[in-house]
Amino acid sequence: MEAGKLKIALTGKPNAGKSSLFNHLTGLNQKIGNFPGVTVDKRIGYCQLDNNTQAEIIDLPGIYSLYPRTLDEKIVTEIFSDQQNNLYPDKVVLIADATNLKNCMLLLTQLIDLKIPTIVALNMMDLAAKSGLSIDVKKLSASLDMPVVMINARKGHGIFELKKVLAQPLAASRKSVFQIGDEIKKVIGVIREKFQLATDYEAYHFLQQTDNLIFLKPEQRNEIKVIAKEHSFFPHKYQGAETIMRYGFIQELLNTAIVKPSHRDWKRVSHGIDKVLTHKVGGYVIFFAVLFLIFQAIFAWAQIPMDFIDSSFARLSNVLAKELPEGPFFELLSQGIVPGIGGIVIFIPQIAILFAFIAILEESGYMARVVFLMDKIMRKFGLNGKSVVPLMSGWACAIPAIMATRTIDNWKERLITIFVTPFMSCSARLPVFTILVALIIPDIKLWGFFNYQGLVLMGLYLLGFLAAILSAWGMKFLIKTTERSFLIMELPTYRMPRWSNVGFTIIEKTKTFVFEAGRVILAISIILWVLASYGPIDEMNAAKQVVQAQAVQEHWSEGEIQNRVASYKLEHSYAGKLGKAIEPLIAPLGFDWKIGIALVTSFAAREVFVGTIATIYSIGSAEDQPTIKLRLRKEINPETGGPRYTPAVGMSLLIFYTFAMQCMSTLAIVKRETKGWKWPLIQLAYMTGLAYISAFIVFQIMS
Amino acid sequence: MAKNVAEMLPGETAVIAGFSDEQIGLKLLEMGLLPGTAIRFNFSAPFGDPVCVSVSDVDLSLRVEEAATISIIN
Repeated sequence: MEAGKLKIALTGKPNAGKSSLFNHLTGLNQKIGNFPGVTVDKRIGYCQLDNNTQAEIIDLPGIYSLYPRTLDEKIVTEIFSDQQNNLYPDKVVLIADATNLKNCMLLLTQLIDLKIPTIVALNMMDLAAKSGLSIDVKKLSASLDMPVVMINARKGHGIFELKKVLAQPLAASRKSVFQIGDEIKKVIGVIREKFQLATDYEAYHFLQQTDNLIFLKPEQRNEIKVIAKEHSFFPHKYQGAETIMRYGFIQELLNTAIVKPSHRDWKRVSHGIDKVLTHKVGGYVIFFAVLFLIFQAIFAWAQIPMDFIDSSFARLSNVLAKELPEGPFFELLSQGIVPGIGGIVIFIPQIAILFAFIAILEESGYMARVVFLMDKIMRKFGLNGKSVVPLMSGWACAIPAIMATRTIDNWKERLITIFVTPFMSCSARLPVFTILVALIIPDIKLWGFFNYQGLVLMGLYLLGFLAAILSAWGMKFLIKTTERSFLIMELPTYRMPRWSNVGFTIIEKTKTFVFEAGRVILAISIILWVLASYGPIDEMNAAKQVVQAQAVQEHWSEGEIQNRVASYKLEHSYAGKLGKAIEPLIAPLGFDWKIGIALVTSFAAREVFVGTIATIYSIGSAEDQPTIKLRLRKEINPETGGPRYTPAVGMSLLIFYTFAMQCMSTLAIVKRETKGWKWPLIQLAYMTGLAYISAFIVFQIMS
Repeated sequence: MAKNVAEMLPGETAVIAGFSDEQIGLKLLEMGLLPGTAIRFNFSAPFGDPVCVSVSDVDLSLRVEEAATISIIN
């Protein structure tokens, strides 16, 4: 190992302050990726420990022990039990919650037996002091045979000392906690020899959880199982005894290291808050009030930056159209790429606000109570209390939401959550909703208080939620499983959120959206522009002559002729042909071929609907581009002579977009998370089918 | 018959005696619920499920069916 390329992993139980420490160590110098093969967020950052040592810091998902329960946790086991792994650390920092040392030590004793050089970062010393707890850190360090550094990850205290210790050479602890029984020593020896393992404990894990160690080849796993059988080693037989032995060591350790135990009183405030927040009635009232506040924030606060972004990009596109020389490349820039990027940027305010709220709820400890409150109800619908977070995230973007389902350990409940999350109205639907609602619903107030447009919008969100929950209920009966579901979860003590952590979450989730969904949106915008600008050459060339011939009869002005030519060209472009081809199919829903084009292109991503509509109508006019809303209002239905966007058409479109699975990025994520095309395809067929039938019914009733 | 955690009342304390389900037992052991440890029943969720218990200063949520596998002595 060369100096300056130190790999350090952060590990510890959930809520021990891992992300705070990670953010303190790395600052903005971090990147988020995926662990190979799975979509578990991998956060890596860089940190200058001292003048000559730079370290790569890996933030691992929170775990209690090396026996994983969820997909997130499996990653940690895999990394620690595979020395060939790229991410196998040179050193590990175990973040321990000083107020609850006992629970943090199980993993530590396992790391000791794996002989991984480890440092304990004793966090939440301020709370420990408050609770009257007093720890003899020197004794703790001596008994563990490893450095122990006191830190306050929230305030950044002790980080300097931690860096200094990390820069020093570090040997693994010489302690050995788990004494492997004589009857399995032989089989452990066989495995250790065969796979050239450094420790007995590693070999023990090869035998204990063969199937969780994905880095082993299938034939290697079979070999291990055969060896286990030969030596009558039955996995899980020894796990209970192992855990009890470890806790025996931990209890002894704490007996000597804890000088004065904490008094129970210090959690009084937290327990008091629990009395209110988990109250039979009050608990739900507060939860719904919180949801309402989040909605209010998304609609009211996000509108201002969104309007600004919308008009800025429209202006930029105009300026470019005027200033740039003529030619296909420049047209692509001003009419394809710039509006395409605008269509991505416009979602950032909403995604940022929603994830700010979710981060605050998680950081404060309230989210665990929401899971606690909702578990019973959610289980009735085949979901899990933990499904609440993905479903709420679904209001922003289904991509991070589906990735958040990994905390659900039961496969059936996780699958159902993944399946129904795209029904939650994501922020990509909102621009479609806002524009159509503004078009067809009058901007007046009910009893001078409730805005009609707002009520309709809320109704659509509710509709999406109902579709999600009812589909989940249906799926509960269709999917069979023998796997059991658990909800053994720590309820963390309430505390003030750390604002910089909230900030990092916002940046992380926004990035996920921009890079996962954004590139699809941009690519589609460009393809769309090409489709709308080009068509069969002779038809495109004929445009001028056909219009000119009509112009003589109708006495059109020069400007009028230009518009007619552009509109003729669009109608005969490839996009126009595609829209016309599906017109018979969508006519029963009240849609014409122009809407048809938008439906086809927004198949990749819903928000493209708005961009498409903008592109379609802007290509037909040479004048300055007003905002999209105004363009839509001017559109005339040639059959009736009235406006194209009647209430019936508008409602039908709104319902269609509420239900339809119009997002390729989501399908791609579902495919990755369910490991195959089966579920994304079922999801696509189900959602599109439901959307079509519902929109059909709405249009037929309203017109 | 031995009592279990699901039958406890809010505020009641007891000592964990053992587990009747091996799979759940292993998970609970890892969370520090060892036979011989004191357990306190704090409160239950609005519909009576899940429940919140405290073990060595940690608040845990358990479903009633999970709590029912922990036998206690008090």
